[in-house]
Amino acid sequence: MTSIGTGYDLGNSIFSPDGRNFQVEYAVKAVENGGTSVGIRCKEGVVLAVEKVVASKLLKPGANKRIATVDRHLGVVYSGMVPDGRHFVDRARDEARAWRDTFKSPIPTADLASRMGGYMQAYTLYQSVRPFGITAIVGGFDSELESPVDGEVGQGPSVGAGGKAQDKDYGGPFLYMIEPSGLYWGYYGAATGKGRQAAKAELEKLDLNGDGAASLTLEQAVKEAARIIYVAHDDSKDKDFELEMSWISGTNGPTKGKHQEVPKALREEAERLAKKSLQDSDDEDDDKKEDDKMEE
Amino acid sequence: MDHRPQAWGRPRDDVYGAYDHSYLQQSGPKTATQSPVVTGTSVVAIKFKEGVVIAADNLASYGSLARFTDVKRLRTFLGTSVVGFGGDVSDMQWLDRHLKELAIDEAYDQEPTAESAEAAAKEGLNAANLYKYLQKLMYKRRNDFDPLWNQILIAGLDEDDKPFLASVDLRGTSFTSPSLATGFGAMLAQPIMRLHAATEEDAAKLTREQAVEVVKECMKVLYYRDARSLDRYSIAVVTKEGIDLKEDEQLEKQSWAFAERIKGYGTQTV
Repeated sequence: MTSIGTGYDLGNSIFSPDGRNFQVEYAVKAVENGGTSVGIRCKEGVVLAVEKVVASKLLKPGANKRIATVDRHLGVVYSGMVPDGRHFVDRARDEARAWRDTFKSPIPTADLASRMGGYMQAYTLYQSVRPFGITAIVGGFDSELESPVDGEVGQGPSVGAGGKAQDKDYGGPFLYMIEPSGLYWGYYGAATGKGRQAAKAELEKLDLNGDGAASLTLEQAVKEAARIIYVAHDDSKDKDFELEMSWISGTNGPTKGKHQEVPKALREEAERLAKKSLQDSDDEDDDKKEDDKMEE
Repeated sequence: MDHRPQAWGRPRDDVYGAYDHSYLQQSGPKTATQSPVVTGTSVVAIKFKEGVVIAADNLASYGSLARFTDVKRLRTFLGTSVVGFGGDVSDMQWLDRHLKELAIDEAYDQEPTAESAEAAAKEGLNAANLYKYLQKLMYKRRNDFDPLWNQILIAGLDEDDKPFLASVDLRGTSFTSPSLATGFGAMLAQPIMRLHAATEEDAAKLTREQAVEVVKECMKVLYYRDARSLDRYSIAVVTKEGIDLKEDEQLEKQSWAFAERIKGYGTQTV
């Protein structure tokens, strides 16, 4: 690496002459070794999935959750250093609560992403700290309904000041990815961690913003997320893993606007399909090879 | 002229007599929260075979003034319990926010081993847990001389999915019963409900329809006789299947014929 020996990578918040911050880049390297995380935003909601690498057979299956609930309507998954991720989640929960204390209403996903982006960025500025060794994917569904203010007693105005504008859509599904530099963008589909290249390639094939019948339903998104995690997993190199998935739908959807773990039955079905599709594509590859041989 | 700072801005003693400094007392107990301001009246609730029916009207009074007429005094908790509030409305709002925060914290570590979202919610706090929590909270606040000026009914199911109904008040006094009412309802509605469910055994014989009918009858009697009540009310039925909450009900089949026979009030000259 060009950074080694130059001295520009010895402290956080030091720029190299060509304008790079090496400590942040090293943090990105830490993320690139973590289990793959995927987020899919479709019209009906958001799905989060993670390849949870099982470090030891002594760990209880299904324990040590990697996807966290931040507020009712918000979920976070991350790749990289798990303790950093835990702290990120703690902070996100504090932010969500502080927002409720101040505004008496749930924090919009965009605002949480902004707050957390700012928080991560602050850890690139000082010598006394190091950047977060995680890339976090934040998913949420902002209520499309007239959401009551916490503790509200009356109806209040239906439109206008204190109410809402007519003929305007409110709320909806949102997905953000925040990197160790503090950079965050909104995405239709986001992937990070070890298998991000393969996962991104798969995500790009999906129609995540189509209006037509081709656009993904939430249940399809769950199945795609499972498949993508399986595709991104490298059997030959990696240890065993567990698939962990959560989803958030609108008020009329299966989770009623809440962030919840995908029910066991649906997850197992999605895993079965994922394994089947992997199997099928393997068979195809084998067939091709045999065909090639025959031609020779 | 009295030049001491204590005398600045005060009426001159030589003209108006000695100033009564007891008005200026700075120390002493805080009393701001020791009386209610905007209040809700009765909450009534009764158990039946599979669950609990609870109701409260939609009025918040400012003294005797019917100030807010669209107030929701029944609040749901985790989709499995209903809390009905009588007493101070701002304290109710505080409690509602507090309970919402508690519910969000509960969801952090929810173990969704269950098949459905409803079943998952069951693994969280049930009505019996909520009752114990509110009881400790109210008693603590009373001992801080900063009480939450409410009478609260908690309706839901206990850990065995049996109907659960309990009461906590601003002193931390707490108890359970097959039927409960707060405020004026304790005098006017409770006897009616006891006709139908004097014991747990009686309550277990009631059907959902019967229980709803009894509660509606109580709400009507309360509207007739409680001057701080309203004919619009909220009613919730809590069962294993969840909460059926209606927040804009209207009293039906009122009859004020009895009013003519009441003598001795107002401008009548008998």
